[in-house]
Amino acid sequence: MIDLLAFAAEVGDAEPVTITGLGTRGGAVPDVRVVRAPAGIDWVQADEMTVCCGAGTPVDELVTELAAYRQTVALPAGGTVGGALAVGRADARQLGWGPVRDALLQARYVSAAGEVVKAGGPTVKNVSGFDVCRLLVGSHGTLGFIGEVILRTRPLARHSQWFHRADVHDPSDVFTTLYRPVSVLWNGSAVWVLLEGHPDDVAEQAAVASLVACEGPPALPTGSRRLVPPAQVPLLTGGFVAELGVGVVHHAEASDAAVRPERAQVLDHTVRQALDPSGRLNPGR
Amino acid sequence: MNEALLAELRAALTPARVRTGATELGLYRRDASNIEGSAGVVCFPRTTEEVQACVRACVRHEVPFVPRGSGTGLAGGATPLDHAVVIALTKMDRVLSVDAVNRSAWVEPGVLNLDLTRQVAHLGLHFAPDPSSQQSCSIGGNVANNSGGPHCLADGVTTSHILAAEVVLTDGSVVVLGSEAWETHGLDLRGAFVGSEGMFGIATKLCVRLTQNAPAVTTMLMDFESVDAGAHTVSAIIADGMVPAALEMMDQLCIQAVEAYIHAGLPTDAAAVLLVEVAGLPHGVAADAARIVEIGTAHGARSVRIAQDEAERALLWKGRKTAFGAIARIKPNYYLHDTVVPRRALPDVLRQVYEVVERHDLLVLNVFHAGDGNLHPLLVFDKREPGVMARVHAAGEEIVRISVEAGGVLSGEHGIGLEKRDYMPLMFAPADLAAQAAVRRAFDPTGLANPSKVLPSPAGCGDLQHVPEGAWV
Repeated sequence: MIDLLAFAAEVGDAEPVTITGLGTRGGAVPDVRVVRAPAGIDWVQADEMTVCCGAGTPVDELVTELAAYRQTVALPAGGTVGGALAVGRADARQLGWGPVRDALLQARYVSAAGEVVKAGGPTVKNVSGFDVCRLLVGSHGTLGFIGEVILRTRPLARHSQWFHRADVHDPSDVFTTLYRPVSVLWNGSAVWVLLEGHPDDVAEQAAVASLVACEGPPALPTGSRRLVPPAQVPLLTGGFVAELGVGVVHHAEASDAAVRPERAQVLDHTVRQALDPSGRLNPGR
Repeated sequence: MNEALLAELRAALTPARVRTGATELGLYRRDASNIEGSAGVVCFPRTTEEVQACVRACVRHEVPFVPRGSGTGLAGGATPLDHAVVIALTKMDRVLSVDAVNRSAWVEPGVLNLDLTRQVAHLGLHFAPDPSSQQSCSIGGNVANNSGGPHCLADGVTTSHILAAEVVLTDGSVVVLGSEAWETHGLDLRGAFVGSEGMFGIATKLCVRLTQNAPAVTTMLMDFESVDAGAHTVSAIIADGMVPAALEMMDQLCIQAVEAYIHAGLPTDAAAVLLVEVAGLPHGVAADAARIVEIGTAHGARSVRIAQDEAERALLWKGRKTAFGAIARIKPNYYLHDTVVPRRALPDVLRQVYEVVERHDLLVLNVFHAGDGNLHPLLVFDKREPGVMARVHAAGEEIVRISVEAGGVLSGEHGIGLEKRDYMPLMFAPADLAAQAAVRRAFDPTGLANPSKVLPSPAGCGDLQHVPEGAWV
C-alpha cells in the first residue's frame, strides 16, 4: 500500500486545485495550483492478475514491467496511469481488451475534503457496495484525485498480428466472420484487423476473411473522437476511421461538443456536486 | 396500507395488477434469502410509464418502494421492509430488439437470463453472465446485483455486459444512462447504476452486450487427493498466462452429494475436483487444454476426464449447477456464503473454513468459482435442531471475517443487501462509506428507493448488534 497522506495534505481541503501527470491528455487546469500523484509500482501479483501502482506511474513503464510476467494492462499507451483512468478513453483495442473502466478494481483517491477514500476492492469479482470506481474512470479528476490503484492485468497473447483488406465498402461481413477480433477499423473503403491468439488460429481467421498481414493500423485522424451507435458506423461518410462494434469514430474534422440528454447532464452535475460541493477539484473539467 | 396511495396505484395500473392479498404479500415479503420483511402492496407495471406512475405515487406519499425481479437474490436486497411497495418487473419481459451484427440487444428488465441466451442462440450468440440461477433470475436483477457466474472468469461480470440502461429516477423522470457506444460522454452513470441494488432507481430497459459462442470448447474434470493441490493448480493455471472460460471447484462432501444425485461417475473418494473449461478457436483451445493437463498433473491430479461430447460436457456441468439441489439429501436447510479471496489465499482460507465449521459442529460443502477466488461455502443443517441457528450465524460471521482479513471482499456476486450491510465497515472506512452514500443521495435524494440496504446506518456503523432479525451473515 502506498502512503497517500503526503499527497492528501498537498491536495488539501480548500481552494481550487488541479492535477497533472505527464501532460499528454490535457494536463493541468491553467492558473490553478498543481499537484501530482505518487508514482511507482507497489506490487505485481501475476497469479492474481493484478498490479498495484501509484497513479503517477507512466503507463509505458507499467506495461514494460508487466511484460516480464507475460502480462499487460488494458490502458492506452502514453501518459500516466491516473491520466489514462481519469480520461477513460480506450485505444483501438477496446473491442477485444474492453473499456478502460473494466481495468480498475480498486482506487484510493483524495477527496475534495482532503481525505483518502477507498473505492472498490482488490479482487476481480467484487460487488461489495456501490461502484465508485467506475464513476472515477472518465471523471477527469472532478470527483477525486486518484493516488493509488489496483488494476486488473491480462495475459499477453501468444501471437498478435495486424491485417488489412482493401475494397471493403460494407465492413459488416468481415466483422461478423471473425471470432472475437481485438480490433476492426474501417475508413469507408478498407479494413484493418488486429487478431490475437494461437498463431494457427490467427492464420486461419485471416484466411477466412481474406485479410493480408500488414505493419499496423492506419494513423487515426485527430480532428475529433466521436461516439456513435455501432449500427450507424457503416453509414458514416467523410474522412474517418471507425472502431467497429465499439462505436468510437476518429474524424479528420473537429466536431461540436456532444449533446447529451438534459436529465443525464443534471444527474452528472448532481453526482459531481455530491462528491465535490465547491467544485474545487480540476475546476472546469 | 395508505388507501390514497393504493387508489393511485390502482388507477395507474388497473386493480388487477395491484395486489394486496395475503398470499401475494406473503410471497413477496422475502427474496431467496432467509430474511423476511413485510410488503404493503405488490405492483406489476407493464411499461416505463407505469413504473413512473408507481414511483411518483410512492414518493408523493413518502412510502418506500422495492424494485424486484425474480426474487432469486440471496442477500435480502429485494426484501421489503416496513410494508414497502414492491414493484415487480416480471411482466416487463420482452426482448425489444437485437442487433446481430454489433452483438447487442435492448431488453426489458423482467427477461430471464437464460431466456435471453435461448432467444439469440440461433445467431450464435449468448448473454455471458450465467449465475447458477440463470433459469429463473432476470436481467434486471442481474443488473441490480452486478451478478456473476462461472463464465465470468474470462468474460467479466454483468457490468461489462451492460451498455445502457433506461432508468426511472425517484423524481419520476426517465433517463438513459450509458449508450450503445462502449464509451459515454460525461460520468459513467451506467457503471454506478449497475450493482446499486435497487437504491438508485428502477431500470425499465437495458441495452446488453451479446457474446459470440466459442467455436471450440473443451471441458475437463481433474481430481485431487487434497484441496490444497486443487487450489494450487488454480493459481498455477492463471500464472501460466491462461484464463480458462471457467475454473470451478467442488470438495469431497459436495462431490459425494452431487454423485448420489446425478450419477455422473464423479470420483467420490477425491478430496477435490476441478471443473475446467477452455473455449475459443480450436488451436488455442487444444494448446491450453494440453497445458492445463500438464499443470494439473504436476500438482498431483490423479486423473483427468475430458468430456468427449456435448452430452458428457452437459453432464459435468450439471454436476456443478445442481450442487445446491443435491445437498438437500444431506440436510434440509442450507446457508450459502459468497466471499472472494485472492486465489493464492484459497488453500489457507479453505483450511480455516473447515476449522470454523468443525468448531461449530456444522457441516460445510464447498462448491465455488475457484478461478475468481469466489468462495461459496454452503453450511448445511436442520433448522429444527435446537440452537443450530446461533451456530450457523457465528460460523458465518467468522467466515466473512477470515475472507476479508485474507485480503478479500464481502461479496463476489450476491450483493450486500440486508445480509452483509452491517459488515461493510469491515471493508470500508467511514469516509469510503460516506462517498458511497453521497452517490446514492445524488441518484435518490428522497431515500425511498429500497431504503436500509447496502449502507449501514451511521449510528450502526461498526456495530454488529444491528444485524436485522433473520439476517445470517
